[in-house]
Amino acid sequence: MAITRRELFTTVGKASVPAAIALTVGTKTMAAEEIPMPNAAVGLLYDASICIGCKACVAACAEANDTPSDTRTDALHQAPSDLNDLTRNIIKLYKPEDGSATSFVKRQCMQCLDPACAAGCPFQALHKDPDTGIVTWTADKCIGCRYCTITCPYHIPRFQWQGYNPRVTKCELCSDRLDKGLKPGCTTVCPTGAVIYGPRTVLLSEAKKRIKTNPGRYYQNRVYGETDNGGTQALYLSRVPFEKLGLPELGPESVPARTLRWQRRLYQYFALPALLYAGLVQVIRKSLKGHEHEAHEREKETGLRAQL
Amino acid sequence: MSKHPTIAEHLKASGVSRRSFLQLCGMLMATAPAGLALTSKSSVLQVAAAIGKTKRPSVIWMHFQDCTGCTETLLRTSAPDVAHLILDVISLDYHETLMAASGAQAEAALRQAVADNAGKFVLVVEGSIPTKNNGIYYEMGGRPGVDVLREVAAQAAAVIAIGSCASWGGVPSADPNPTGAMGVSSVISGKPIITLPGCPPNPYNLLAVVLEYVTMGKLPAMDDYGRPKFAYERVIHENCPRRAHFDAGRFAAAFGDEGHRNGWCLYKLGCKGPVTHAACSTRHFNEIPGVWPIGLGIPCVGCTEKSVVWRMRTAETVPIHLATPPDTYPPIYSANGKIQTGAVALLGAVAGAVGGSAWVASSRFRSSQEAGMERIGADRALAEKMKGQTDTQADKKADRKED
Repeated sequence: MAITRRELFTTVGKASVPAAIALTVGTKTMAAEEIPMPNAAVGLLYDASICIGCKACVAACAEANDTPSDTRTDALHQAPSDLNDLTRNIIKLYKPEDGSATSFVKRQCMQCLDPACAAGCPFQALHKDPDTGIVTWTADKCIGCRYCTITCPYHIPRFQWQGYNPRVTKCELCSDRLDKGLKPGCTTVCPTGAVIYGPRTVLLSEAKKRIKTNPGRYYQNRVYGETDNGGTQALYLSRVPFEKLGLPELGPESVPARTLRWQRRLYQYFALPALLYAGLVQVIRKSLKGHEHEAHEREKETGLRAQL
Repeated sequence: MSKHPTIAEHLKASGVSRRSFLQLCGMLMATAPAGLALTSKSSVLQVAAAIGKTKRPSVIWMHFQDCTGCTETLLRTSAPDVAHLILDVISLDYHETLMAASGAQAEAALRQAVADNAGKFVLVVEGSIPTKNNGIYYEMGGRPGVDVLREVAAQAAAVIAIGSCASWGGVPSADPNPTGAMGVSSVISGKPIITLPGCPPNPYNLLAVVLEYVTMGKLPAMDDYGRPKFAYERVIHENCPRRAHFDAGRFAAAFGDEGHRNGWCLYKLGCKGPVTHAACSTRHFNEIPGVWPIGLGIPCVGCTEKSVVWRMRTAETVPIHLATPPDTYPPIYSANGKIQTGAVALLGAVAGAVGGSAWVASSRFRSSQEAGMERIGADRALAEKMKGQTDTQADKKADRKED
């Protein structure tokens, strides 16, 4: 005897009531956690509206990181089509088909306050410095699972596909240069000051000052990264919508916080796993019972013992 | 007046006005390459003070295996012109091309110049020095040139090797190098040596080195090949006027083609600019803008690089070290690939195979269920049969009993 449609719906219906209660309670008690701000959070402020796209920062980045130029496109130029294992920093062009305003955008690690790459890493190879807030990668801990390249909502960490001992490459805000009292490579060469380095608080107030003195110049009169994805240490100002520059609208809750909230909700008081277990037990019991009944019937009919 | 007057004393004695002297100082300040003693001064008066106090440096210029091109280029400077240079600023005490004397008279002039300025003069060497077979391929007054050079250099304060020949051997040292031609640094040692390679080198580099040496008392900072950094630190490619064409990917493909006539980049014609360390692209020759090989549409041959000129083929392209970005941009999102018919067919075939095998498997599963039902039926039939048999046996037993 099998479970009927009716029985299935009844069981699911019964199970869903306590589950719904658990979820409701969970949602209320599990508010998003406060993301700790590093003591001396440093970052970048990039103003796309004054970037002239000279790419001096791209060349300076490779030089500062002692990385060979990515000449795989034409052997003559450092012309990567996107961030890759040799490119931590890139200037891209947004050029709409309809001929409306174009914009450059500098893409590098956002140094999220709550980094998804570090949350996704099973071995803490990606680690956020508690003081500066810089997210760095440690070769010794990396197992090459590439979770970081998938979890990052900005698609920043890149895997060295050609390497026999592959590395994960991302902007680390030239943390070794900062230790020597130098600034990140990209900020030392910018001819227009489109990208500047400093403490996050200073950069944020500078960005707000620019918005205040130029009302209507910037998209939504807001700083991307102030709260987006829980806040980032690389801040952006732009004339064109941020989504057009590859900066998605992620809301104020960080990606890891959202996942954590759901995970905690699912496991709260161990209610859902217990329910699932109880349901399974019920199904198995019913199924066994049916089976036994069937075997018994057969034995009665045939006079032979059921062979299970 | 002393035997070694300062430049100021010398000019005063020659009747040169202060105004002319300041004009000369202005010219020197403007033409000497940046970062040197003269250009770091903030005014012409400061330059005049520094130059005026300097003793006129004694310069002895010796020729070896050369074409005199280096001397020719020096003669063609106009600001300051060579007359100003050799009469006012330096004391050119021996130069085989410029002096009137010859033969024994010239030999005596050399000996005299060396003796008068022993330990103080700057020795300029032009041309490579043949060393094979004890240097018999070049003789001065019946003696091998290499011996004369060693003798004179022993008395010099510093040695300047002008041109590629004196720097490492130049064209006479190209394979098979029949005379064993060598540069100055391979022949003499124990003296500060600075090399100014180039075929010819820019004369202002020589002027700047001499003035730096006499005002500061030391040679300017040099790279691994003994070249002054102020002129040889950067490659031509970095400051090339045609660089924009390189970055945009506009290359002349053949001499005289449209790209060549439009002044596009000469890289694909074999320009060695990307590996050649020299200041040619910023300081053109003869003070005429555009007068230098690339400016005239001729690819750089790499004349300041020992490993390039007369070693690489003229049309051979060089690798780009430290490649920099082009003037094109990647889009925000990398373009998606196009769907190809072959790929679709392959994917369809795979999907069909999976679907087909699933259908076959499911139909087998169904039939196995049916088989199970059949087995149950068979069981029942067997049970019926056995029951029947048991009954028959029981009847037989009963019959037997009755019997």
